[in-house]
Amino acid sequence: MATVELIDVRKSFSGTEVIHGIDAQIEDGEFIVIVGPSGCGKSTLLRLVAGLETISQGEVHINGSRVNDLEPMDRDIAMVFQNYALYPHMSVRQNMAYSLKIAGVSRPEINKKVEEAAELLELQDYLNRKPKQLSGGQRQRVAMGRAIVREPSVFLFDEPLSNLDAKLRVQMRLEIKELQTRLGITSLYVTHDQVEAMTMADRMIVMNEGVAEQIGTPLEVYQKPHTLFAAQFIGSPSMNAFDATVKGGEAVLESGVRIRCNCSFEGEAVIGLRPEHLIADENGPLRVNIHLAEPLGANTLLHGRLSQSRDPVIVSMAGVHSALGTEQNMRVSISPDNVHVFDKATSQRVASLKA
Amino acid sequence: MATADKSGMVESSGRKLWLTHLLMIIGVFFVFFPIWLAFVASTVTQADIVSPPMPVWPGGQMLENYKRALFAGVNVPVTTMLLNSLIMAIGIAAGKIIISLLSAFAIVYFRFPGRNVFFWMIFITLMLPVEVRIVPTYEVVAGFGMLNSYSGLIFPLIASATATFLFRQFYLTIPDELAEAARVDGARPMQFFFDIVLPMSRTNIAALFVILFIYGWNQYLWPLLITTDPEMNTIVMGIKQMFPSGDDTADWPVIMATSILAMIPPVIVVVSMQKLFIRGLMDSEK
Ligand SMILES: Nc1ncnc2c1ncn2[C@@H]1O[C@H](COP(=O)(O)OP(=O)(O)OP(=O)(O)O)[C@@H](O)[C@H]1O
Ligand SMILES: [Mg+2]
Repeated sequence: MATVELIDVRKSFSGTEVIHGIDAQIEDGEFIVIVGPSGCGKSTLLRLVAGLETISQGEVHINGSRVNDLEPMDRDIAMVFQNYALYPHMSVRQNMAYSLKIAGVSRPEINKKVEEAAELLELQDYLNRKPKQLSGGQRQRVAMGRAIVREPSVFLFDEPLSNLDAKLRVQMRLEIKELQTRLGITSLYVTHDQVEAMTMADRMIVMNEGVAEQIGTPLEVYQKPHTLFAAQFIGSPSMNAFDATVKGGEAVLESGVRIRCNCSFEGEAVIGLRPEHLIADENGPLRVNIHLAEPLGANTLLHGRLSQSRDPVIVSMAGVHSALGTEQNMRVSISPDNVHVFDKATSQRVASLKA
Repeated sequence: MATADKSGMVESSGRKLWLTHLLMIIGVFFVFFPIWLAFVASTVTQADIVSPPMPVWPGGQMLENYKRALFAGVNVPVTTMLLNSLIMAIGIAAGKIIISLLSAFAIVYFRFPGRNVFFWMIFITLMLPVEVRIVPTYEVVAGFGMLNSYSGLIFPLIASATATFLFRQFYLTIPDELAEAARVDGARPMQFFFDIVLPMSRTNIAALFVILFIYGWNQYLWPLLITTDPEMNTIVMGIKQMFPSGDDTADWPVIMATSILAMIPPVIVVVSMQKLFIRGLMDSEK
């Protein structure tokens, strides 16, 4: 039970700054997902909170007190590592008990806590096994168990599911989220998988090259991305983006195509159109030349180019469209409310009229 | 057709099998023959040995010879020498392992000024065998008054670059995440060492123990230099001391019995730790 506060946190490795000042307020019991592409500094940020890296500048507060100079063990956190980091020579029970043993908790108390955690994670039958004798999912649970028994204020996860196969990942995702909700422990969860981010997060921090592009709920980020990066990173398939000049509630693409948008901004811009918001429309302004149709079952992804400018574009249409093969043309339109406009100079979202 | 082929193969591999066995038997015979002669010599009387031809089959003096060797010896009873050797070999093996475990731990897990300098200093001593630094070492040991003592036999030999280097390489294979997990779990550095690193190194330790025990057991030059008191003789050098100076004849049956006895402890160590030893060398467990 704790709040976490990041105040202008920066980190440099031998002179090169990789985290460029991140501010965030995390409420008690919140599940925060840190998401971003590889190398953007997600792990580094998490390790700064954990105390595994020293903070170059700025402050980290846990439960209102500054923890910059505290060792990881004194920060009241528990961490789940990507490769689980289970002690190979210890049984599952010993792995889970180790931190309690160090803390000097009495034997019966340790046993009680370990058994409780094992029950919660359905690990009772494996308590005497070594990590080597467990499957990936079970190891993952043991790593969770090791974090749970300590009853920490904050859980830190660094891509805990990336070594699991797709199906197990979905299952563990639900389990982790459920467990966190039940225990109500503030959590920071690092992933590069935007589906994980969307489904698990109470709020997410979208990171890019060491800066937080946006902090908000998954729907906020999806519906009102603050930056072009956040807009393109969240959502699958990725948002279409075209250079345009915006004037008088209308975006004019380089090819001269006009698209209406709800926006008072005037000037050079990038407009973002989500593939799922493009609708087939005889009279639509955009002409798409389709190369490839990818039927996914529930919907079909149409990959093509704008006929007018040859810019690549993806359209996602509900249902199966096997008739739409290669080299076909179609026209699409989009509701003005669904047109995202970003200032070309800053890549920041410009407020829409309706906001 | 297929069966014929098969039987042909079995036959040829059978022939090959015999050939390899024959070669091995010849090899074993060559290696084993001197030991056999030593054993035979330890079971007959002095008279049998000095009068040609030399006997090749054991005689009936075994019990007497071994009893004489163990409890009377030439200068000092063999039991004393065995005990000295045992203390020295275990001391060297254990000392080398403890020192190198700790120094490798320091080099791998701690960032301190001159860390690389220390590592390379240790590494360079790999190139200097005991014999090269024996004179200065003798000076130092004599200066400390450690001649004719177990500490004099053991301490100068326990610094080990090889073992330090091996443990360093092993520690480098332990994932960083494990150290970090231990840190998050609240382990202090030495707790991490004793609870995680040490148990994970146990097969390596066993393998090294075997090698180092034999290294310690076979020390010859160093004990010869610093033990003048027969009570402190180790068995490997003690055998040499049994040869009389001048015209006296050597007591061959006793000397041979001593040689055979000197071989037994290393054999016991190798055989009893064989499984761990091989596992440590193959490093199958991680
Ligand atoms: N110990 C270090 N020394 C120097 N540079 C480092 C160190 N750790 C990380 N970096 C750099 O910091 C940047 C961010 O790394 P980080 O591991 O946080 O990325 P990440 O977002 O977790 O990526 P991934 O998704 O691949 O795990 C990278 O450019 C990396 O090269
Ligand atoms: Mg990472």
